[in-house]
This record gives sequence, C-alpha cells and structure tokens, in this order.
Amino acid sequence: MAVLGTEKPLVLDCGVELGPFTVAYETYGTLNEGRSNVILTCHALTGDQFVTGTNPISGKPGWWRLMVGPGQPFDTDRYFVVCANVLGGCMGTTGPKSIDPKTGKPYGLSFPVITIKDMVQAQAMLLDYLGIQKIFCVSGGSMGGMQALQWTVTYPERVHSAIPLGSAAHHTAQNIALHEVGRQAIMGDPDWHGGDYMSHNTIPRAGLSVARMAAHISYLSEAAMHRKFGRQLQDRDTLSYGFGADFQVESYLRHQGSIFVERFDANSYLYLTRAMDYFDLISEFQGVLGDAFRQSPTRFCIISFTGDWLFPTSENRVIVHALNAAAANVSFVEIESDKGHDAFLLDEPEMFETIRGFLKGAAEHWSGNTP
Amino acid sequence: MTSGPNSTPSGDIRIDLLLIADLIEPGSRVLDVGCGDGSLLHHLAQTKKADGRGIELSQAGVNACVAHGLSVVQGDADKDLANYPTASFDYAVLSQTLQQVRHPRDVLTELLRIGRMAVISIPNFGHWKVRLILGLFGRMPVTEALNRPWYDTPNSHFCTIKDFAILCAELGIRIDRHISIDKQGRRMPIVSDGPFANLFSEQGVFLLSRPTGNSSPAPGAG
Repeated sequence: MAVLGTEKPLVLDCGVELGPFTVAYETYGTLNEGRSNVILTCHALTGDQFVTGTNPISGKPGWWRLMVGPGQPFDTDRYFVVCANVLGGCMGTTGPKSIDPKTGKPYGLSFPVITIKDMVQAQAMLLDYLGIQKIFCVSGGSMGGMQALQWTVTYPERVHSAIPLGSAAHHTAQNIALHEVGRQAIMGDPDWHGGDYMSHNTIPRAGLSVARMAAHISYLSEAAMHRKFGRQLQDRDTLSYGFGADFQVESYLRHQGSIFVERFDANSYLYLTRAMDYFDLISEFQGVLGDAFRQSPTRFCIISFTGDWLFPTSENRVIVHALNAAAANVSFVEIESDKGHDAFLLDEPEMFETIRGFLKGAAEHWSGNTP
Repeated sequence: MTSGPNSTPSGDIRIDLLLIADLIEPGSRVLDVGCGDGSLLHHLAQTKKADGRGIELSQAGVNACVAHGLSVVQGDADKDLANYPTASFDYAVLSQTLQQVRHPRDVLTELLRIGRMAVISIPNFGHWKVRLILGLFGRMPVTEALNRPWYDTPNSHFCTIKDFAILCAELGIRIDRHISIDKQGRRMPIVSDGPFANLFSEQGVFLLSRPTGNSSPAPGAG
C-alpha cells in the first residue's frame, strides 16, 4: 500500500483534486541496481494487483500466472513486475467503497468519475514513490491494454516498450451498450439504494450478478461456449418446462454471477465500466490517432485474437495504422484463437512466443542495464 | 534466446536477398514489404545495423518475425502502405512480390513515396525459356523460376524486364542500378544490365529512386 498525493493532489480529468489516496500494489521479482528491469502490468476491468501466485483474498491463482513468474515471458527471475489495483477499484486502492475523509462514510456515488488517464497518472505517482523513472515494458489486456496505450501517450519518455493485448483506441458503441446493460442491472436493483447500499447493509446482488453474466458472455466466443456447453442440460435428463437453470450454460452463468458479487464492489463496477466507455484516444487527438504517437520513442507490440469480438482485430488494426502513420516502431500479431476476448489470460503458446521475442528485441535496444 | 518456430531467420539466407542487402547503406531505415520470415531484416540488422521494419501478409510469417525480435506488422501491400508517412524510410524493399499484388503500379508509386529509394526484385517473364514455351508450345510457362501452373500461382501480374523499365520511366522513377540474376539468385555478370538482360536474366534486381525535383507526394500520402 502506498499513500500518494499527500503534498500535491492528483488532478483528475473531471476536475476534482484527489488526495491523499491509497494505491494497493504488488511486486514480483527483484528491482535491479539500475532500476531498469521494470515491467508494469495493468489489470483488466475486474482484475486486481495479484498477478501471479495465490490471490490472498480469493485464494485462487493470480490472473496472469501464465505470463508472469519464473521462466514465464514476464520472467520474475529477470524482471521486476509491478501491478497496482486501479484507481476506482475495490481491492485496496481508493475507490467508491473507500471512506471519504470529509464525511467519514464511504464515497459511494460522491466518488469522482475516473478515467483511464487518471488510473495511469496514479500509477505514475506510484512509480515515483518506488523511485522508478523508466519502465522497460508496460502491458495489459482489455482495460489493461487501454492503460498501456495511455501510458505511451501520457508518459512516452518513461516507456521503452508496450504490449497492449485485445485492446482498442476507443470503446465502440457496442462496447458502451454492453456496459450500459450491466450498469442498468445494478442501478435497477432496489438493494443498490442509489449507490448507498453500504449504509443500508445490503449488496445489489441480483443486479451485479446480471451485469457479470452479460459481460461474461462478451468475454467468450460462440465457438468456446458451444464447445464447453453446447445445449447440454444441467442435472436433468429432460426439459423442466419452467425457468430453472435447465441448460448447463445457464447454470454456469448463474454461478459466475453469484461468485462475482462476493469479490467485487457494485459501485466500482459502475466507475470502471464508465472509465472504459470514456476512453477515446482518437477524439483526444482531434480524430487523428497518429498524432497521439508522434515522435514516440516506444516500441509497440499490438496483439489481437481472431476469436475476440469484443475488442476485435479491426479495432487493434486502427492502432497499428496510426502507429505506422506516426512512423513509430510497431509489431502487430493476430493470434489464432477461438477462445474469445479472454484469450489473453489463457494458454496461448503463440502469444507467449511472440512476447518473448518482442521483449528480446526490446532489450537489444534498451539503454538501461539489459534486463 | 528463445526456442523459435521452424522458420528461424539465420545464416542460410536466399542469395537474392544477400544481393538486395548489398545495395543498402549501413545504418539505414528499411521497410521490407512482404518480409516473409524476416531473413532479410534479420540480416540487415546484423550486418548493416539497419533500423528495419516489415509488413507481411501471412500471419505465420509475422508471428515468426516478431518472435525473433523483429518489428513486423501483419498487412497487405495493396492496402496498408497508404498509412506510412512520406519519406519515412531510406529504403523500401519489395522482393519477389510486385507480380503478386493487385495494383503493381500503385504499390511501386507508394514504395517510392515512403522510401527515398526502393529495391525491387522481379521474375522476368521475358526470359528466353518463357518465350519459348509460350511462343513455340503455346502453353503458360512452368519453369524452375516460375514453378507453379497458371491455376495455382500467387502471381497475377507478370512483366518483363523491359516492361518494368518502361513503367518506371512513365512514373518518373530512375533506375540507379539493375542487376541480372539467375534462378538461384546468382549474379549474371555477362548479361548484367546490357541489351540481352531481358532475354537471359531470370530475375532482375533494381535500385530505384526519384530524381530530386520530382518528388511530389503521391495521392493518399499521409
């Protein structure tokens, strides 16, 4: 945990000054003498700072254990891997469920609206606090990819290389629409109490659970769902002619929804989905995304997945074209996978191979001590 | 060093690619269009300290390149060159690919917009064997250099050395070097760039530039 913004607050995009605030973070591996072996990983919407090893809160393995660890592509024997819970999150970093020092009560909806850039600025303050000036690589998938891109735009001189996976330069109408379904489910739940459920000792379980179910569908591909469930029935041989969970896929989604409400704060879900919706590097640069990357010293590796319909290859290619137009150093790989948007979290050998090679190339052009 | 895919860009590089590499000044910025498994880019980085980038159509090729630390994007010469800024590279390289693109004229124009110079290699449809097979037997030529039947070839726009020179002249492109090579990619010093090149060379390698004063950016630039 780091308490930041005590001397100088963080000025958020919405104009509010936030500080002091807390950032919960984890590190893996050892920071070398030159402080030049840092990989910053950025988590996705419902991720957290527990990248690898066992998550002490859920007791489950870390979300990117296949990428981060000894001998993995982000090799903790060589690199110092940092991950922070995002601003607005609910795993220890200041967010809507934190106590507002002014009122002594949880912020709830009085918490300021957070953007991807705000998250990145908070991470930059964390790195300052840790005494880290330049990062060898910043990487993340989905919302983590948005943060990685934002890093290269806001702090280009601090980022040697970036690997955004399954990402986009802006949220599309379809992305926003799906998030809106989730938010409406939460806000329509009477247990939400206008965001003040903590003082009512309730949790908008039904709403948050439906939000998770809808989102979960968007993280999988049709093929992956069919392979996993098909039309198989759950604990029965015939249809019930009712509305119980007849199908395995229903039962699975209900389960996913119900375990999610135990680990995630509903208001955080509203704030973080909003941050993704607001993300738009293209309009930030007056419609010319290439201008975001002019003179960029960063080496980019953009990775997309064939089965990802939420952040499809076409959206990733928009970034690639802009980087080309800016004459930036870019690699772009589309990984063949039918596992949907979640593929970046999964065992995709070609993705690992690509990242190992990219990091090797990045190390050859790194002025710091080679990690 | 990572354990890479089978197509390791290593020492065993095609001879015609070595010839192309010879035309490139050390320390240059090079865009290799249709870079395959990245052998040329790898070679240029090792021997010429070049800052190389690649575009490759096949995903397998791209992934192999990036897995070996090369900066390569998946893309299509016909569509994606328009994104690159004018004069952003010293050299644009197109090896054995011009005859496969949909719009060779536009691609050639784009290459000399993006690169101050271009290095192009093409198979020569004017070679005597090709002429013989077509002229005498009336069949589409299948030779050692052009080894696929007409219905199963990626090549859609064959030209002769002479045709290529005429197109360059039309586009105001200057041919600074012309090297004749045989099917293995070896130089043919006797044929060289002389009057019989169009009859005897199996492939041609060209170093092209745009004379100064004639470098108006092509449409679609920027």
